[in-house]
Amino acid sequence: MAGSGSDIPPVPTRPEQAPAPRIGVDEWVATHEARRDLGRGLVGVVRRELERVPRPGFYLAFAVAAALLPVVTSNGYVIRVGFDTLLYMLLALGLNIVVGYAGLLDLGYVAFYGFGAYGYAMLASPKFGLHWSTLAVVPVVVVATAILGFLVALPSRRLLGDYLAIVTLFFGQLFVTVVQNGQAMSFLGFTRPYDVTGGPNGIPDIDPFNAFGGRISSLDGYYYAALAIFLAALAAVYLVDQSRTGRAWKSLREDALAAELMGMPVNRLKLVAFAFGAAIAGLTGTLFAALNTAVFAADFDVPTLIIVYAMLILGGAGSLGGVILGALIVNVSLEVLRTPGHATWVFYGLLAATLVVKVRPWRWLAAVVVGTAGLGFAAHAVAAAAWPRGVHGEPAVGGVLGSGLRHWVLLPTDPRTIGNVAFVCLVLAVLWVTTLRGWAQKLALVPTLYLAAFVWENRLIDEPSVTRLILVGVILIVLMNARPQGLVGSARVEIV
Amino acid sequence: MSGTGDQVSTDGEHGSPNGEPLLVLEGIDTFYGPIHILQGLNLEVRAGELVCLLGGNASGKSTTLKTILGIVEPRNGTVRLEGEDVTRRPTSYRIRKGIAIVPENRRLFAPMTVLENLEMGAYLHGGGSKEDFERVYSLFPVLYERRSQLAGTLSGGEQQMVAMGRALMAKPKLLLMDEPSMGLAPILVERSFEIIKQVHEAGVAMLVVEQNANVSLSIADRGYVLSTGRLVLEGKADELRENEDLRKAYLGR
Ligand SMILES: Nc1ncnc2c1ncn2[C@@H]1O[C@H](COP(=O)(O)OP(=O)(O)O)[C@@H](O)[C@H]1O
Ligand SMILES: [Mg+2]
Repeated sequence: MAGSGSDIPPVPTRPEQAPAPRIGVDEWVATHEARRDLGRGLVGVVRRELERVPRPGFYLAFAVAAALLPVVTSNGYVIRVGFDTLLYMLLALGLNIVVGYAGLLDLGYVAFYGFGAYGYAMLASPKFGLHWSTLAVVPVVVVATAILGFLVALPSRRLLGDYLAIVTLFFGQLFVTVVQNGQAMSFLGFTRPYDVTGGPNGIPDIDPFNAFGGRISSLDGYYYAALAIFLAALAAVYLVDQSRTGRAWKSLREDALAAELMGMPVNRLKLVAFAFGAAIAGLTGTLFAALNTAVFAADFDVPTLIIVYAMLILGGAGSLGGVILGALIVNVSLEVLRTPGHATWVFYGLLAATLVVKVRPWRWLAAVVVGTAGLGFAAHAVAAAAWPRGVHGEPAVGGVLGSGLRHWVLLPTDPRTIGNVAFVCLVLAVLWVTTLRGWAQKLALVPTLYLAAFVWENRLIDEPSVTRLILVGVILIVLMNARPQGLVGSARVEIV
Repeated sequence: MSGTGDQVSTDGEHGSPNGEPLLVLEGIDTFYGPIHILQGLNLEVRAGELVCLLGGNASGKSTTLKTILGIVEPRNGTVRLEGEDVTRRPTSYRIRKGIAIVPENRRLFAPMTVLENLEMGAYLHGGGSKEDFERVYSLFPVLYERRSQLAGTLSGGEQQMVAMGRALMAKPKLLLMDEPSMGLAPILVERSFEIIKQVHEAGVAMLVVEQNANVSLSIADRGYVLSTGRLVLEGKADELRENEDLRKAYLGR
């Protein structure tokens, strides 16, 4: 290919000495953006220093910290949350290849996770009397999931973004439906119906991980297994990321036509990314099945998908460190928010953080805080005199925050209806505040903040399962406003 | 460097006298839906030649390049590369035959470094050898200094150099350039054409698409003038420069 005579002659001189014309030499302009992005002052110094640590250094630090978790605590709940977080990290790692690197919107991703889990369950449980060794099951399941991923992507490989999204979404729902109704499947109607997936009862009594005669039976053991598998997968993905294939993925996500014009086999690269991501999801599924000893279709439905996407986007799609951070933050937040007391702290923390970031200068901020506090105490005093029912309740959180709130926020005895009305008012008020500017906005902020506290204490606190999701949503929105590229994702650089 | 010098001819303006031209377009009709864009286009580029294709906005210049690359298929006519009819061949095949392009608006991979951009240019050659990089750096010393900077943060002129360097990494026999002067300050336009000339003198055949007739004719061997999808003029560059119509239409003097 390259051997024809039209090659350009070799370099005449060292690059620096070549007498070539130099155009566009303007270092300051060129590096300005990069400098600004790192910031000034102490933050800038820290960031610049961190920038110099090679990335594997961070991963090593994470590995050490994660490995120490079961050492510093023997609390089974904490380790269980750690295990789940590692599973999510694995899932986000695989999705990162598909979405972050290759730029393919895969909405059927958790079906591959489910496929891996069910694959393990079928090959290592009394369901079909198969009790394969883990060393056999895991490779078989991973390869099978990769092939399945390949087959799902194959028909839609020519179709771009939106089509792939729909095809994969369809596939994901198909998986859930088939598995849920798989207790009486017959092959094209010719055979008698077989119970393949256990239907709504799932597959129970799954074997634990076992190899060389030993088996993993403790939670700590699974935690370390998940950690080891995650680190191995991370290393593999890191190496691919640093390879030419990794950079080819990145470039075709940036500009598929330009990539094609460089001679890259765009379709093949996409297929490989899709199958690679699916394989990691399948691998994660085996871990999930082995620890839980039972699998049900509902674990692999849309809610899981949304959580994994939230992790990826929060951390910054395309960044491996972001995968770790995103999974950690989202999963730990979801756990913390299960307890209303914790959730209250998070709620007021978020309010405070938003105020600090959004209300400037600090004199305005002080005025808003003082105004809101004053409004609360005044309202409380008035209500205590004129409407005793309005101050009878108890805040859900105890301690300092609780006793402060008791004298500040109105807590009617039967808050359901009034809470609902207030909720609607709050939504309207927030919309209204965002349309205002200047001092009018600051002024309107005062009653809105108080209303928010009222709605929280009287309504949202009663529905922790809903509130938790709302709060995580709010956290995502706030973070996205602060860092649109994700926590550690690099800024998307536009050519202007 | 292999010692086959038969295709590179630096002796005459018209490239190699032996064998087929590198690129031949014959009677090309290209449509976008019902709209007839290119109308009976004939064009050729010989080995080692620098040809410019001039034309105003929306005259079909980019469409010509897309037809050459197979991004759009012509309804009639043939595209020949080194004598082989590639009209029904996919883009990848034509790229592998040795065409590279500096696309309109450059289309760099903005969040990737200069080095990575160059590497992607040599994707078909395993990412490029040390010599390939050295050769590009000798043409564009600035790129060597900026090799670990993100391409999207470069100045316009530097981006133009990355785009050219990236295309040259593929060691093309024929380099297509779509409006290299677009978006550059006048002084940068002249300098980038000096570089184009330098690349050409190194033996790469080029088809340069331009609106800027003055500067492109000053370095080209031959030129074509396109107007609403038809060729209205063609000839040697110096003859075209003296042509009354062209002067009126493009040179403004
Ligand atoms: N993808 C497309 N679909 C429809 N029409 C197009 C497309 N691309 C270009 N055209 C039309 O074809 C004509 C020639 O376009 P082009 O070759 O890009 O012109 P230029 O000479 O400026 O490069 C223009 O009128 C343009 O609007
Ligand atoms: Mg154009």
